[in-house]
Amino acid sequence: MNWQPVILWTDGLIWLLVGVVALTLWRKSPHGQLHEASVRLRQMPVAMTTGLVLFLFVAIALLDSLHYRAALPAHPGVGRQYSVEVTSVLDEILQPLLKYKEKTYSAPLAKHLYVKQNVTLPDGKIVRIYPLLRIDDIRRQTGSNDIAHRAGRGVLFGISFAVLVAACAASWLMMRRQCGIAELVRQLLAMDNRLPWRSMLLTVALLGTLTAVLAELAGAFHVLGTDKIGQDVLYETLKSIRTGVLIGTLTTLIMLPFAVLLGVSAGYFGGWVDDVIQYLYTTLNAIPSVLLIAAAVLIMQVYIEMHPAMFDSAASRTDFRLLFLCIILGVTSWTGLCRVLRGETLKLRELEYVQAARAFGVSDWRMMLRHILPNLYHLILISVVMDFSGLVLAEAVLSYLGVGVDPAMQSWGNMINAARLEMAREPIVWWPLAAAFSLMFVLVLAANLFADSVHDAFDPRGRQR
Amino acid sequence: MIRICISIIILLLAGCKQTVWNDPYPASERDANTLYLSFVERPKHLDPAQSYSDDEIEILAQIYEPPLQYHYLKRPYTLIPDTLTAMPQVTYLDAAGHPLPKDAPAERIAQSVYELHVRPGIYYQPHPAFARDRQGLPYYRAGTFQLPDSWDGFKHTGTRELVAADYVYEIKRLASPQVNSPILGLMSGYIVGLKDYADLLAKQAQSLPDGRYLDLTRISLAGAEVVDRYTYRIRLKGKYPQFMYWLAMPFFAPIAPEVDAFYHQPGMAKRNFTLDWHPVGTGAYQLAVNDPNRQIRLTRNPYFHGERYPSTGEPGDRAAGLLRDAGKPLPFIDTIVFNLEKETIPYWNKFLQGYYDLAAVNAESFDQAIRIDAQGNARLSDAMSAQGMSLVSAVMPSISFVGFNMLDNVVGGYTKRARQLRQAISIAVDYEEFIAIFQNGGGIPAQGPIPPGIFGYEGGVAGMNPVVYHLVNGKIERRPLSDAQRLLAEAGYPNGRDARTGAPLVLYYDNTFTGPNAKAYVDWMVNQFAKLNIQLVPRSTDYNRFQDKIRRGNAQIFVAGWNADYPDPENFLGLLYGPDGQVKYGGENQVNYKNARYDVLYDQMKYLDNTPQRQLLINQMVGIAQQDAPWMFGYFPRSFGLRQQWVSPGKLNVIANNTFKYRKLDPQLRQHLREQWNKPVIWPVLAVLAVLAIMLAAVAYAARRRDRKTAK
Amino acid sequence: MIHYLGRRFLYALPILFGVNLLTFLLFFIVNTPDDMARMHLGTKHVSAAAIARWKTAHGYDKPLFYHPQAHGSDKLTDTVFFDKSLRMFVLDFGQSDDGRNISHEIETRAGPSLEIALPVFVLGLLTNISFALLLVLFRGTHLDRFGVMLAVALMSISGLFYIIAGQYLVAKLWRLVPISGYVNGLDSWRFVVLPIAVSIIAGIGGGSRWYRSIFLEEMGKDYVRTARAKGLSEWRILFRHVLQNGLIPILTGAVVVLPLLFMGSLLTESFFGIPGLGSYIIDAIQAQDFAIVRAMVFIGSALYIVGLSLTDIAYSWADPRVRLS
Repeated sequence: MNWQPVILWTDGLIWLLVGVVALTLWRKSPHGQLHEASVRLRQMPVAMTTGLVLFLFVAIALLDSLHYRAALPAHPGVGRQYSVEVTSVLDEILQPLLKYKEKTYSAPLAKHLYVKQNVTLPDGKIVRIYPLLRIDDIRRQTGSNDIAHRAGRGVLFGISFAVLVAACAASWLMMRRQCGIAELVRQLLAMDNRLPWRSMLLTVALLGTLTAVLAELAGAFHVLGTDKIGQDVLYETLKSIRTGVLIGTLTTLIMLPFAVLLGVSAGYFGGWVDDVIQYLYTTLNAIPSVLLIAAAVLIMQVYIEMHPAMFDSAASRTDFRLLFLCIILGVTSWTGLCRVLRGETLKLRELEYVQAARAFGVSDWRMMLRHILPNLYHLILISVVMDFSGLVLAEAVLSYLGVGVDPAMQSWGNMINAARLEMAREPIVWWPLAAAFSLMFVLVLAANLFADSVHDAFDPRGRQR
Repeated sequence: MIRICISIIILLLAGCKQTVWNDPYPASERDANTLYLSFVERPKHLDPAQSYSDDEIEILAQIYEPPLQYHYLKRPYTLIPDTLTAMPQVTYLDAAGHPLPKDAPAERIAQSVYELHVRPGIYYQPHPAFARDRQGLPYYRAGTFQLPDSWDGFKHTGTRELVAADYVYEIKRLASPQVNSPILGLMSGYIVGLKDYADLLAKQAQSLPDGRYLDLTRISLAGAEVVDRYTYRIRLKGKYPQFMYWLAMPFFAPIAPEVDAFYHQPGMAKRNFTLDWHPVGTGAYQLAVNDPNRQIRLTRNPYFHGERYPSTGEPGDRAAGLLRDAGKPLPFIDTIVFNLEKETIPYWNKFLQGYYDLAAVNAESFDQAIRIDAQGNARLSDAMSAQGMSLVSAVMPSISFVGFNMLDNVVGGYTKRARQLRQAISIAVDYEEFIAIFQNGGGIPAQGPIPPGIFGYEGGVAGMNPVVYHLVNGKIERRPLSDAQRLLAEAGYPNGRDARTGAPLVLYYDNTFTGPNAKAYVDWMVNQFAKLNIQLVPRSTDYNRFQDKIRRGNAQIFVAGWNADYPDPENFLGLLYGPDGQVKYGGENQVNYKNARYDVLYDQMKYLDNTPQRQLLINQMVGIAQQDAPWMFGYFPRSFGLRQQWVSPGKLNVIANNTFKYRKLDPQLRQHLREQWNKPVIWPVLAVLAVLAIMLAAVAYAARRRDRKTAK
Repeated sequence: MIHYLGRRFLYALPILFGVNLLTFLLFFIVNTPDDMARMHLGTKHVSAAAIARWKTAHGYDKPLFYHPQAHGSDKLTDTVFFDKSLRMFVLDFGQSDDGRNISHEIETRAGPSLEIALPVFVLGLLTNISFALLLVLFRGTHLDRFGVMLAVALMSISGLFYIIAGQYLVAKLWRLVPISGYVNGLDSWRFVVLPIAVSIIAGIGGGSRWYRSIFLEEMGKDYVRTARAKGLSEWRILFRHVLQNGLIPILTGAVVVLPLLFMGSLLTESFFGIPGLGSYIIDAIQAQDFAIVRAMVFIGSALYIVGLSLTDIAYSWADPRVRLS
C-alpha cells in the first residue's frame, strides 16, 4: 500500500457523526412530527439552497478529515516506511495551490510581489523592485493565459456542468413521473413540486461556476493572494473550513449526551436529582465562559507537555487541542439545552399517557427512552443547528484572545488574528482578512438561514401570522 | 432638566467647534510643551530594586538617577558620572587586605573596593515623606494625620539633599525579603556579605507582623558602607570589571529611607501608596500621574540639580544637528505623557495623525512604512516623508537566536554526527529571508553571539561564520543548500532519512509564540526544515511550560533571545559558559553548552579590559562556538525610531534609557500640523442622517397608505 | 419578598463556593505557585531562592487545602485556598500577583465599562425594538422578508469585523473620533461614541429578529383579533397593545444581563483601549495573574446570581400569577 490511513481523534468523531446520521436516515424514515417537518423543509427553497451550500462546506471538511501518511521512497534493507507528516485528501486535491510558494505577500491575481525586494540583475547590479511572482512562470511558459480568458473558460465549464446536472435531473424526473419533457417543464413551472428544483439548479449552477472559475484561475494565479510567508490564501481559507465545521458540529456532538441525559433526568425524577443538576449547571453558567476556556486550554497545554510521546506529530498536537476546545466549549454551552429539556420534560411528565404508562409499571429508563425522548427530538435538532453558527463565530474570537486553536492550525480565527498587523501596514494588506471574513460569513449565513428553515418547518404557524 | 439639556448641548457644540474632532487629548493640553509617547504593557513594578523589563526602565530611568550614566552621543557607549563628582575609584586588595596594583592578575585579587563620591547639592523631587512640621519632625508620621484616599490628598511636600547613605540603603534593599529583587542571586555572588545579609533580613522579617517596616538603616552590610555624608564604598569579591555597568542601572539608584518608612505605614499599601506606585528620585522628571490603565505622566522635577546638553559627540553628530543645543540646561520638555496603547493599529494611526511624537518601533509591526533601499539603508515611505517624519535606526544590543539543547540525544552532544546535523540546519534556515519578511529588512544576520556596537564584534569577512557562510566574489553569502544536504548526509541522515533505519528525521521546535504573527513564524520555520526534508513538529506552549522544559532540559530546538544588560561581551559570551548551564547549575546557558576550551578562555577574557588581547580571546571563543553550532545564531534586530518634524533631532541610544531629557519639541508647529492633518470628513455623517430621515419618511408614508387601505 | 431574597441569598452561597472551588482547582492544577512566581519574576537571573521569596511575599508558601502541622481550625484556615478564595466572600479581594490592590482597580474600572455597556444596553434595546416593530408592521411584505434577511446577514458577520471596519472607516478615514483611548470626565463621550455605535450595530441582527418573533406571537393572540374586529387601526393595535404586551417578555428577559453589564465587553474594550473591567480580564488572562482572575470570576458569578433573582422578581411583577416562592 502506498499510504497508511491515520485517524485523528476529530476525524474519528466527525465520521462517527456522519455514520450515525446516515444510519438513522437509512434504518427508519422519520415519522410523525419529524416526518411532517422534513417534508416541509424539503419544500422550502431557502432551506434547500442553503442546505446545498452547507453540504459543500461539510463535504470539504470531510475530505479534509480523511488523513493518511504517504509512503516514503524505498530504503534498502528495511520495510516500507511512512512519512510522519499527515496529509489529507483535500491536501492532495489542492496540491496545485501549494506548488508555487512565494516569498511574501502578493495581492489577489497579482503578477508581482506586494513588497519591493533587492534583486541582483545579471550584470551584478542590485535594484529594488517588485519582483515577478514564481507562479508567473506558468503564464510565461504557456503564453496567452490572461485573467479574462481563464475566467471565461471557467464560466463555460460551470454552465456546461449545470446543464449536465439539469439534464440528468430532468431525465430522472421524466422517468419517475413518466411524462415527456414538455409536461415536465409545465409541472416545474407550475411550482407544485415536492422539491424546489428551480432554486436548487440555480444554486448548483452558481456553485459549479464559482468552483470552475476558481480552479481555472488558480492554475496560473494566487486567486486570493498570498500571505506573509507566501502561502496561498485560498488554500488556507479552504483548510480553515474543517476547523470551523468541526468546532460547530463536534462541540454539539460532545455536549449532547450530557445535556440530554441530565436535562431529562432532572425533569423526570425531580427531587434531589433535580436539585443537584440545577446546582451543577447554575454553577457552571455562573463562571464567565472566557475564563473557563482559558483555564481549560492551560490545563490541556500542561497535559500535552507532560506526555510528549503521545503527540509526536504536528497534526496530533493541533488535533488534540481542537478536540479539547470542542469539549470545553461543550461544557460551557450544554447548560442552555439542558435547561430547556428539563422544562419540557416537566411538562411531558404530567401528560396522561405518560402517567398511564407509569401506572402500568414501565421502568424509568424505558419511559424516558420511549415516551419522553421522542417528544424532545425537535427541540434538540433546533438547538443543534442554531448553535452551529454561534460556535463558528466563537472560534474567531477565542483565537483572537489567544485561547483558541493551536497557532499552527489553519483557522479563520488565526487568519483574522494575523490580520491585526496586516491592517497596520501601508498600503494595507486586506485580502487574508477579507477571505477569512467572507468564507466565514457564507458558512454562518447559510447555517443561520438553514436553522431558520428548520425552525419554521417544525413550527409552520410561526412565520405566516 | 432643561438647564441640563442646554448645558449639554452647549458642551457638545463647544466640542464640535474645534476644527479637530479626533484629538485624544484634552483641549487644555493643546499648546503645552508635552511629549506624547506610549506604553504597551502596564509596568509591573516601578521600584528600582525590582524593575528589570525595558518598558518599566523606560519610565524609571527618567525618575531615578544611579551614580553613573551613559554618554548620550558617544559611541562606543561610554560611562560618565551622573550624580557623582567623578568616576568611581577602584582599589584591588589581596587576601590579606593589602592594596594591589591595577594590573594585578585576577587570581590574586580577593576584593575590589569601589569608592564613590556623590555630588553635594542634589535634591530629591518633592514628596510628602520629606514634609516637616514646625518641630522638624515628619509631617506625615504615624498617628498625626488622616490617611487621604487619593495621592492628591497629601498636600504637604518637602525635599532633602541626596546623601551617600541613600545609595547604601538601596543596596541593602536588594537583599530585603520585602522587596524581592531579581538580581539578589546574581549580586550575592559579588557584593561582600550580601548573601548573609539576606538570610539575616529574612529571619528578622519573620518576627515582624505582616507588612511592617523592616528598618534596614539599623542593620549594617559589610559590602556597602557610608564613609561620610557624600562618600560610600562598595566591596566586591574578586575582580568584576563589569560592575561599573551595573552602577548605571536603576538597581543602584538612591532610595531615601524615610520614603520607604513612609510607605510602610498602616493603610498605605491598601491605597496603592507604595514605592512601586509612587517612586521618588532625583532625576529630571517626577511621576505626576500613575494610572497604568491609561496614562503615566511625568513632569519636570522642580528641584532638578541641573545638567547641560553634551557639547561633544561622534563625528557627524554636528552635521546631523545633534549639537545644536550644546551647553543648554536640561531638560527641555515640561511633561512626558505615556499612553497605554495595546493594539498596533490604533497606535500606528495615532502616530500618523500626529498624536504621538516619537514612535520607537520594531520593524515587525510597521512593515511598509519603512523601506530598505538598494544600498540597505532604511528609508521612510513617500507618504510619511511628505508628512515630514524622519527615521533613525540602530542595531540593538540584543540577539534573537534558536538554541539546540546540547543534552538532547539527537541534536545535542559533541559527536561529529550531531555537530554536522546542527551545522546543516544552521545553513538551511535562511535568516536573510526571515529578516526580509518579518523584520522588513531591518536587522543583521548574526555570525556569532556578540552584537555590533559591543566590544568583540567583528564585522565583515573577519567575523564571518565559516560554517554557515562563504565568500563569493569577495562577498559574504550563505552557503548553498547543497552544502547543508551534504553535511546532513555525512551526519547520517541523507535526504532527511536515517541512513541505518531509513526512519524519517523528525525534530521538535519549542516556542511560546502568541499573537498575530505566531502562525507565520511557525510555518516559516517548518518550511525551512522542509528544505532538508526534515520534518519539524512545532510545540507551541505557554511561557511557564516552555521555561519548565528548558529548565529540565526537555526542549530540543527552541527560540531564545538575549537583551544586553550592559555593553560588554561577557554578557553574551556567558550564555555559552559551561558552569552556567541551566539544567545542572540553573544559570543562563539555556542550551547547556559545555566546551572545556571555551570555558578556560572565558575565565581569562572576563577580567580583561577592552584590549587587542581580549579581542583575540573573544575571536577564539566565537570560533569554537561557530564550529560547535549550539545556536543558530539568528539575527541582531534593528530598532527604528520615528520622529515627527516638530521634534528636534535625537540620537538613538539603545543602551541608555534616560534620554528624554535631551529631547526638544515645537508645540505650535505640532498644533498647526495636527489641525491640518485631521480635518474631519463630515459628509458620511450627513449621508447617514439623510438616509435615516428618508427611510423614516418612506416608512411613515407606506404605513399610512397601508392603513388607509385596510380602513377601506 | 424579604423572605424570598433571604432564601435566594442562602441559595447563592453554595453556588459561589462551588465556583470558587472550581476556579481554584482549575488554575492550581496547571499553575503551581512556582510557575506563578517564575511568570512574574521575568526571564533573567531567576533563582530558586527568588522563587521561594516571591511565594512567601504573596502568600503562596502554604499548603493548598489542608495544613497538617497547624493547630485546630488553622488546619483548614492557614491554607492558600482559605486565604485567597474564601476571603472574597467578605469582598476582600486582596492584592493582584503584581502587588496592586484589586478592589481599587475594580472600582476605577467599573466606570468606563458601564459608560459603554449601559448605553449599548438601552439604545440597543430601543433600536432593536423599533426595527422589530417596523418589520412586524410590514409583515408578509417584501420589506419584511428583506428586513429578516438583513437581520440574518448582520448576525452572520463576525463581531470582530464590525470593530475593525468601524475603526477603519470612522476613525481612520473620516477622522471623526479618536481611534482609541479614554479620558475621565465629560470629555469621554468622544471616546465611547464609536464603541457604542459599533456594539449596537453588531447587535441589531440577532436582537431585532428575536423581538420580531415575540411581537408576531403577540399578534396572533385573541385580543388582537378582537381589537381588529372592533376596527382599531393597525398603528393603534401595534403600539397600544402588541408593544405593551410584547415588552414584558423582552424586558424580563433582558433583566438577567443587567448586572453583568458591570463586567464590560472583552473585545470592544481591548480594541478601543477603554480601561474597563473587560480589558482587565483579558490582561489578567494574558499575564496569567490568577488573583485577578479569581476575583473576576467571583464577581461575575455573584452578578449572575443577582441577575437570576432580578429576573424572578421581574416576572412576578409583570405577571401577578407567578408567585415568588
